[in-house]
Amino acid sequence: MSVMTKPAAATPKRGRKLPGWAIGMLGVAGAIALLSTTSYLTNFPQLTSSGTTQTAVRLALPILLAGLGGLWAERAGVVNIGLEGMMIMGTWGAAWAGYQWGPWAALVSAMVFGALGGLLHAIATVTFGVNHIVSGVAINLLGAGVTKYLSTLLFFPVSHNPRESPPVPKFDTYSAAGLTDWLATLENEQRVVLSDVAGILRGLLTGVSPLTMIAILLVPASYLVLWKTRFGLRLRSCGENPWAAESLGVNVYVHKYIAVIASGALAGIGGAALVLNPGQPGYLEGQTGGRGFIGLAAMIFGNWRPGGLLGGAALFGYADGLQLRSGGETVLALLYGAVILLGVLVILQLVRRKWFAAAFGIAAAVVLYFLYYSLDEIPSELTSYAPHMVTLVVLAVASQRLRMPAADGVVYRRG
Amino acid sequence: MSSSTSVRTDAPAVVLTGITKRFPGVVANSDVHLTVRTGEVHALCGENGAGKSTLMKILYGMQPPDEGTIEVNGEQVRFKTPADAIKAGIGMVHQHFMLADNLTVQENVVLGAEALHGIGAKARRKIQELAGQTGLNVDPGVLVEQLGVADRQRVEILKVLFRGAKVIILDEPTAVLVPQEVDELFATVRGMQEQGFTFLFISHKLDEVRAIADSVTVIRRGTTVGTADPKTVSSRQLAEMMVGSELPSPETRTSTVTDIPVLTVSGLVLSAPDGRALLDSIDLVVHSGEVVGIAGVEGNGQTELVETVMGMRKASAGTVTLGDDDLSKLGTLARREAGIGYIAEDRHRHGLLLTQPLWFNRILGYQTRKPTAKGAWLDREGAKRDTERIVEEFDVRTPGIDVPAAALSGGNQQKLVVGRELAGDPKLLIASHPTRGVDVGAQALIWDEIKNARARGLAVLLISADLDELIGLSDTIKVMLRGRLVADADPSTVTPEDLGSAMTGAGSTSAAVHEEGEN
Amino acid sequence: MGKLRGNLLPPALAIVFSALLCGLALVLSGANPLKAFGAMVNQVGEGSTAVDIINSTGIYYIAALAVAIGFQMNLFNIGVEGQYRIAAVVAAIFGGSVALPPGIHSLAIIIVAAVAGAAWAAIPAILKVTRGVNEVISTIMMNGIALGVAAYLIRRDVFGELRGNNIRTPEIAESGWVPGIPLGDNGTLFGLVFLAIALGVGYWVMMNRTRFGFELRASGESATAAAAGGVNAKKMILVSMLLSGAIAGLVSMPEILGRDHTYNLNFPGGIGFSGIAIALLGRNHPAGIAFGALLWAFLDKSGLALDNVGVPREIVTIMQGTIVLSVVVAYEVVRRFELASEQRRVGRELASAGGAA
Repeated sequence: MSVMTKPAAATPKRGRKLPGWAIGMLGVAGAIALLSTTSYLTNFPQLTSSGTTQTAVRLALPILLAGLGGLWAERAGVVNIGLEGMMIMGTWGAAWAGYQWGPWAALVSAMVFGALGGLLHAIATVTFGVNHIVSGVAINLLGAGVTKYLSTLLFFPVSHNPRESPPVPKFDTYSAAGLTDWLATLENEQRVVLSDVAGILRGLLTGVSPLTMIAILLVPASYLVLWKTRFGLRLRSCGENPWAAESLGVNVYVHKYIAVIASGALAGIGGAALVLNPGQPGYLEGQTGGRGFIGLAAMIFGNWRPGGLLGGAALFGYADGLQLRSGGETVLALLYGAVILLGVLVILQLVRRKWFAAAFGIAAAVVLYFLYYSLDEIPSELTSYAPHMVTLVVLAVASQRLRMPAADGVVYRRG
Repeated sequence: MSSSTSVRTDAPAVVLTGITKRFPGVVANSDVHLTVRTGEVHALCGENGAGKSTLMKILYGMQPPDEGTIEVNGEQVRFKTPADAIKAGIGMVHQHFMLADNLTVQENVVLGAEALHGIGAKARRKIQELAGQTGLNVDPGVLVEQLGVADRQRVEILKVLFRGAKVIILDEPTAVLVPQEVDELFATVRGMQEQGFTFLFISHKLDEVRAIADSVTVIRRGTTVGTADPKTVSSRQLAEMMVGSELPSPETRTSTVTDIPVLTVSGLVLSAPDGRALLDSIDLVVHSGEVVGIAGVEGNGQTELVETVMGMRKASAGTVTLGDDDLSKLGTLARREAGIGYIAEDRHRHGLLLTQPLWFNRILGYQTRKPTAKGAWLDREGAKRDTERIVEEFDVRTPGIDVPAAALSGGNQQKLVVGRELAGDPKLLIASHPTRGVDVGAQALIWDEIKNARARGLAVLLISADLDELIGLSDTIKVMLRGRLVADADPSTVTPEDLGSAMTGAGSTSAAVHEEGEN
Repeated sequence: MGKLRGNLLPPALAIVFSALLCGLALVLSGANPLKAFGAMVNQVGEGSTAVDIINSTGIYYIAALAVAIGFQMNLFNIGVEGQYRIAAVVAAIFGGSVALPPGIHSLAIIIVAAVAGAAWAAIPAILKVTRGVNEVISTIMMNGIALGVAAYLIRRDVFGELRGNNIRTPEIAESGWVPGIPLGDNGTLFGLVFLAIALGVGYWVMMNRTRFGFELRASGESATAAAAGGVNAKKMILVSMLLSGAIAGLVSMPEILGRDHTYNLNFPGGIGFSGIAIALLGRNHPAGIAFGALLWAFLDKSGLALDNVGVPREIVTIMQGTIVLSVVVAYEVVRRFELASEQRRVGRELASAGGAA
């Protein structure tokens, strides 16, 4: 060939050195190490007890699913703050079908109701080019209104309470019986690290419902679909540069529609996870309590990636579960954990000679340690909003490093 | 790869016949005829706003023509979407790259063409196989974000190759490249041409057209005016075809230059976030009654220079003084108040509030001054009166001053902007591409107004890609290259060709151009 | 004329559309929409409904103004919800724990509320200006935190006290009240409804007559053109966000100073989100917002009558949601249509003028 093949001056390195799954495994190992150290030093075995873990999983599920919903929409470039409204639709749909035909019907119905909310968002934002935030706010209002109306109309005659559905039957749960018994023994022996790991594992393996499995499986499934298929590539290209996508023959409107409808369906399942939680009778007005927004927060925390999102949802669910199971003083122990974490980060920054970041980390650690030292407990009113604060901190510290889809929230017009 | 060199000489690669395209209030293309033979590099030449881009969008299926036919390899086709054009073997390298920064090179290349080789290892092998042809030498797994401009362009060409296109449209491909990169691009184009690819090369730079093209078609004011052989036609003849003979000359007759410095820029440095110098110790003086023109290939720091002088970007070092006032620490508004008028290069982005009425636009940049404001309060009546005056004096064709700015044609919008920026007797006018994309009538009027203002003692800093405009209007020309002022030229003797070679860093070819430090 | 059509047609279409949709929903659920609507209209004359509507309009109006200031420059202050709650609890605690002469006491409470609202809005504003954090996300998070902080502040071991089965802040002494206008059986008009009117007038003057309003609108229309015109974007973000927060801080003042005299567990939520809907409906125009606030208040208060005719009153929430969604769609469609027709019109007029010349 007569063409020139002059080597480029500088060949950029690949972005990541480690594959995503390895980073994830390291993260999990680090988190367990951190928790067991904290639990050992502060003498709060509840931090890693199976009960806490089990509650954390239940509380994390709706956040995880809402976050996945956010991921799908935003990867296609549609900001979805209507997740909350779609989740509310999901809770109602789950209760309505669930009390009549059982949990599987509840699941399907929640998906459909959530997807309807997504469809509305898609019509407004994609077809009519309405600002995504505006449409999201409207859908939140509408979701709350529609469910209130339908509850009064359809639940009240049965449950005699316009704010509540009749009891909804739950999924059967499964435990790995032999294994969990052995783990229980191990956990009760109170051995350093070993008992902590056993407690967490036991919590994860006890009382697992099909919904839990589905939700967990949806994380790798979303990753595979969005990152490893032709459809996913096209969908993500709509969120990165829709004009380029269109110029290459991708039907941007169709992909955005599918993404936003899927987003609604996922948020709907998140609603079902609330209604089908063994601790809940069924649908309750105001049950979502802003979890759609927390899902969004988990997605941002996870840097618009499924693995990170799972981490965010786990963290937020864990903080919630800890509060619910063992109260504010245990949550305070988490502050201690945060101080240890900051310590590790500071050392890393010092090794990299990033003095400013290290100084900032030391200051933050001192403040947190002072709080830990001077307070008896974290007020329960505030612990529920820990995800919100964590998200603000992440945004403030790392907003430059977060990598949201480039055309996220941009109103795209063909041509 | 399939190196099919079976050039079909019986049918031309592309024939456009009688293409006409209208937009509300404007005809972008009328009765365009273009024939591109298979295997040639065919240049399409014309000024900015002549209708080149619209024509290419039509050929690439992004917009349907109102009238006319397209033939590819002798068969009449009708493109509804770019996908149809791709299927017919046409690929396009857009002037503004159509790349997703957050996706990898591989993802960008296979997007939309996944059916050919999938999105996995097979596609990766294919990309690596094709990459050599474009001179791209990076791992397909790298994010496009990490690539430089030239590599991005190679990715664009790679996209087109991957789809098996045989006809490749290059839309102003050199606008963003430095000269060495231009040479590399041309080498790539020649290499691919030998393998049977056909190129449609869009440009308004005559030296490049003459360097690369086998034939050239000139488009002027939306219609094709003729096809020529660049080997036999002179640049002057081409330029005449491009601008037309009826064009008024921008020439200024008598010198009004004084020795009173108005704008003094010294040691101005602007650094990019990554530390690269976008502006490298710029020294510049504009005197009262003088027009200083800045020549340069787009992207060599002209925009940055203007925006730094205006205070829209924060200089890393150096001073900007206007008369006796040091502006270096002031914001944009204070600099405007000190007496700078500013015609921005992109009137839609920087000049106008498109959905607001004309009189509202009159206030922009003057929100603290008479006649549009009194203290913290707006003077709406004053603004409206003065807008009426501008409409009258600058011949802005509009049904009234209450219509939104978006409703006016480009030329009339620009006349409004020029009128506004000359209001309030500025000491300095910064004019960035003041006649870009405007009709001939508006162009003549704007030139006259700049000349009149200069005669009144205004200092003008003129940035233009139109070398004739630059030579005709300027008293002094400075050449900008990679963020530095590298040469001076005397507009009374310099030719566009001399200027062109100085702009590309090829060195001075004429006595009219003096490189900095030479004297 | 065209402009008026562009502004009035979409809300009219949206209201008709959502009325039809809700009517259809009622028919499907076996109710008579006409009867329901009649009941709502009749309710206005019943008891204190009319006054309640006016009072509620005033509150919605303030909330929507707060939102509109941000919207004018494409800044989405979703955080009005949290700002007015924080302002309410801080102002109530302040008012209940100081003793000041009448008049000054009320004024001080109002100022504290405005400052508290502005301070809460300052966090997302500073994050946006210094760190580039999107204000939508940060204000949503701030809304959540506001709920937590408010709940914490009225704990009995912090500032709260238990009354019956309600927890509340200490009651504000009478010197801090803003008396209403008693209308006998028809109820009492909040004195601070006039504050809403004053804010509306001030907002109009600011937007249309002052340099600040001009810069705000210019920034909203085109950030790049505003920058070239000498508008300091960061300053505008900071100032407009603080102003928006300060006004949001006043949202609950009519109720707290005019009726409740305390912040308690029954504090009404969701006004911030209604404010967003109303600002959208009224297109950030003070008169449009007034109309929107009145419509919202009418639907809220008259909707109570629906229970009497066997229709769940939540239908009005659906109606509100449908109105806001359809109105933004309608504005968008009409805007595009008008722009295209305007361009055609100018093109045509110039063509004919050119032909005549």
